Amino acid sequence: MSNANKPMLQIKNLWKSYGDTTVLENLNKNVAAGEFVTLVGTSGCGKSTFLKMLLGMETQTRGDLLLDDQPIGTEPDQTRGIVFQQYSVFPHLTVLQNVIIAREFEKSPLLGKLFGTPKKALVSEARQLLDRVGLSAAENKYPHELSGGMRQRLAIAQALIRKPRILLLDEPFGALDPGIRADMHALILDLWREHQLTIFMVTHDLTEGFYLGTRLWVFDKVRHDPQAPGAYGARITYDLSVGDMPSDTLNQIQQSLNPADTSPASASGESL
Amino acid sequence: MKRLVNLTPSRPLKVLLGLAPFALVLLLYVIASDARLEANPSDKLLPSFSQMGDAMHRLAFEPSKRTGEYLFWQDTASSLQRLGLGVGIAAIMGFIIGLLTGALPTLNAPFAPLLTVISLVPPMALLPILFIVFGLGELSKVALIIFGVAPFIARDIQRCTQEIPKEQLIKAQTLGASTWHILVRVLIPQLLPRLINAIRLSLGAGWLFLIAAEGIASTDGLGYRIFLVRRYLSMDVILPYVAWITLLAFTVDWLLANTSRLLFRWHHAGSNS
Repeated sequence: MSNANKPMLQIKNLWKSYGDTTVLENLNKNVAAGEFVTLVGTSGCGKSTFLKMLLGMETQTRGDLLLDDQPIGTEPDQTRGIVFQQYSVFPHLTVLQNVIIAREFEKSPLLGKLFGTPKKALVSEARQLLDRVGLSAAENKYPHELSGGMRQRLAIAQALIRKPRILLLDEPFGALDPGIRADMHALILDLWREHQLTIFMVTHDLTEGFYLGTRLWVFDKVRHDPQAPGAYGARITYDLSVGDMPSDTLNQIQQSLNPADTSPASASGESL
Repeated sequence: MKRLVNLTPSRPLKVLLGLAPFALVLLLYVIASDARLEANPSDKLLPSFSQMGDAMHRLAFEPSKRTGEYLFWQDTASSLQRLGLGVGIAAIMGFIIGLLTGALPTLNAPFAPLLTVISLVPPMALLPILFIVFGLGELSKVALIIFGVAPFIARDIQRCTQEIPKEQLIKAQTLGASTWHILVRVLIPQLLPRLINAIRLSLGAGWLFLIAAEGIASTDGLGYRIFLVRRYLSMDVILPYVAWITLLAFTVDWLLANTSRLLFRWHHAGSNS
């Protein structure tokens, strides 16, 4: 990377509120290209809202969110890929069609569909990617015929074919069995290195955040007003480099998050 | 003894139980018809099956003395043509309106309330207006079916469009899709089986409007014939015609259901993904 010392994403004094309810307050962070940031926090703490802002579905109330010194796009586009927990593949298309559709959007503005030789080139490209995520045997199946883990593999392959710079993962493995989740972790780490992606992953699973990726952000409310639960938003209370952290930090974070679990203030903002 | 809610009939028993009411109705009819005909052989209210057979043979296989046409087939063709045209046009209109108002908030804002109000207008009350505006010809009958069916299909498709998970639309955009791409590659293919479903649900209303319009002003058609022979108390024609209309409706419904199952395997096999 030519300008490795320059941050790719700059978050400057970022606030987000819905009406009277403040969700995020005063975020200030820089993220370099190639980082793998894991976002954890209680439900309703604003981590999904933050992801939506990165995606362009939501805009900040105050402050700046800069990608390469430019304000980040205000609607989703191909620079930022996304994998949701569910519903992120197209149920009416086969596995192969689900992957090539992205290239068809790119190359056929009128029909969004390709035929003949141009399509053949796409198919071989898509097959390589499917092979990489371990789905080549299922290329003619529809999503409903796949297991949950296979569907997420497909969603990842689909997100990668347009070669996004940023990959956003919104609790992508939350609905999977532990064994399959471990496979998916290995896969996403490999792909992250191969494609030199910058990844933001929202997860409920704190331990997942601890060994996956390079950086862990914990979203939590610092200030509470019992009379007005929506008055204060969440901040990033921990920003840790994964790998060189004290052993009791996990417990410390767990403790800081658990009391907030039962707090009534955590009702707003989140959920997709 | 199992609870009643856990008691499931075996497959052959299920078929038998399904057929039983039909057999029972037929049997009751035969008994009642025989009893009445025995008392009065010229009774017209409950004709015997042989009388109905004769009447239908006359209509279906002997040319009409007046026009030289085979009335039964002529009626069937006219009615099916009207119904097909009406429901077909209504489906296309309803699909386009429902898709656009469901997918584009800018079009939803001005048109969705209008659509709701239009769909509450009783179509039969519009029939006189249609006769005045379009005359008594084919157009007013087809227009009645369109007015009756299109708003329902439009609202149904609009709802289905809005029920497609937002995640899919966002995913498509992150793959570089334009609004047009989302319409033609994401929404329309997923809405086609739902359109077929909406058509199936609205066919009953379609038949209703068809027969009503034919009964009031027409020179042929299944509904016209029923209303015509009512004057002579010709139950031997009316009953087979009703049965024939029911069979046609059933066949059309069956064809649509199977077309959908054949073309949209993913829709019927899976729930969500």
